[in-house]
Amino acid sequence: MSDILASFVAAARLVTGGDPNLWSVVSLSLEVSLAAAVLACLIGLPLGTWVGVRDFPGRRAVIVSLNALLGLPSVVVGLIVYLMLSRAGPLGSLGILFTPTAIVIAQTLLVLPIVAAMSRQFAEDAWQEYREQLLSLGVTPTRAVPTLLLDLRYSLLTVVLLGFGRAASEVGAVMIVGGNIDGVTRVMTTAIALETSKGDLPLALGLGIVLIVVVLALNAAAFAVREWSLARHG
Amino acid sequence: MAERLFPVDARDVTVRVGGHEALRGANLHLDGRGRIVILGANGAGKSVLLRVLHGLMAPTAGAITWAGSERRPNQQAMVFQRPVMLRRTAIANIEYAMAVNGTGHSEAELRAREAIEHVGLANVAQRQARALSGGEQQRIALARAWALRPRLLYLDEPTASLDPTAAAEVERIVGRIYAAGTAVVMTTHNLGLARRFADEIVFLHEGRIVERTPADRFFREPASNEARWFLQGELPWNTASPAI
Repeated sequence: MSDILASFVAAARLVTGGDPNLWSVVSLSLEVSLAAAVLACLIGLPLGTWVGVRDFPGRRAVIVSLNALLGLPSVVVGLIVYLMLSRAGPLGSLGILFTPTAIVIAQTLLVLPIVAAMSRQFAEDAWQEYREQLLSLGVTPTRAVPTLLLDLRYSLLTVVLLGFGRAASEVGAVMIVGGNIDGVTRVMTTAIALETSKGDLPLALGLGIVLIVVVLALNAAAFAVREWSLARHG
Repeated sequence: MAERLFPVDARDVTVRVGGHEALRGANLHLDGRGRIVILGANGAGKSVLLRVLHGLMAPTAGAITWAGSERRPNQQAMVFQRPVMLRRTAIANIEYAMAVNGTGHSEAELRAREAIEHVGLANVAQRQARALSGGEQQRIALARAWALRPRLLYLDEPTASLDPTAAAEVERIVGRIYAAGTAVVMTTHNLGLARRFADEIVFLHEGRIVERTPADRFFREPASNEARWFLQGELPWNTASPAI
């Protein structure tokens, strides 16, 4: 019990003392997760909204596929990206395996279905309300996509933050395509896994504290934004 | 060049919704003159007829044409019982309608300002539209439609959710829109409004257009039994004959 307490105290010292090793890992982790969330949102928000409002052959199959991809095992994503980026793979010539770029690609593939599926659901629900009014004004379903993205911005911000949180908390895929190389591709989650296995509990705990604070702060921000938007816009 | 709108013709239009025939063999000709009020009991098919005429719903059978074309033209607008406001300011809602119809930014601003003044809501122009009262939202919806300068305006029970004061204000605004040269087709359950406003009454019963009669004659001497029973408040539910 005293060992655990001592580890917590040491972890708190690392976090508050600005340990460069810890903060470089945190910094890289936030950078790649943010990049992945932005990429996934750039593709997933319009894609999901478009699927939500358009009627096209195979739409149901697309929705089922999107929802199924929510449960995609992350290690499988890691494995596929690894195979694509490995020297013998089709994108091996790019030489980006075991780089932060590879981590961003894997995280983007993991976050994209979440963003697309959730924005599709938000858009479909809103379309029930907006459809007749917008069509009456002469708005086509495709033209309605940017309108809905703007009108649902506060709800969709929750999706963005959720995507970022998912990217930041990923371990398996990041470990496979990043390689957990110290100072290059070591992020919070892979560092926690490594340090725990090495028995360096203070660093693992310190990173865990930061990770939890990040996730909590994101959720608090999402909640506050929704409350504010409801009060402001109804 | 603007597409032609009139005449709007519904020919033998049937609309099936969820296995139920909401509209049955409806024939209607609109030449863009006068104020037409569509009356009928709940479920008679009034709103469906309005949506078909506006091009929001496709007929299951029959055809709807605008100036002989099956292509829906732009010079028409519709205001619904419950207006949908976008999450932006009142004036931005009006500007949006014009932007999607290709009006330039500065002209859209000018026309939106005019329209919101016409409905007496210039004081709430910068307020969030969804935070306005139901009556104010309906007036913004009318301003949004008016700013488009439609030649034909459809109103689907525009006063049904409003208190008498707000309803009177909406009625006044619709009168001004008509006076400015826009033909109006409206559904309502408010017989007082229909009496004051209509030039012609189209009466629907169980999905069929039973009669189309000048308003004064309709209220004095309706041509059909169903309309007479309706006006007497004795139209029975889901039957073709009176309960007396």
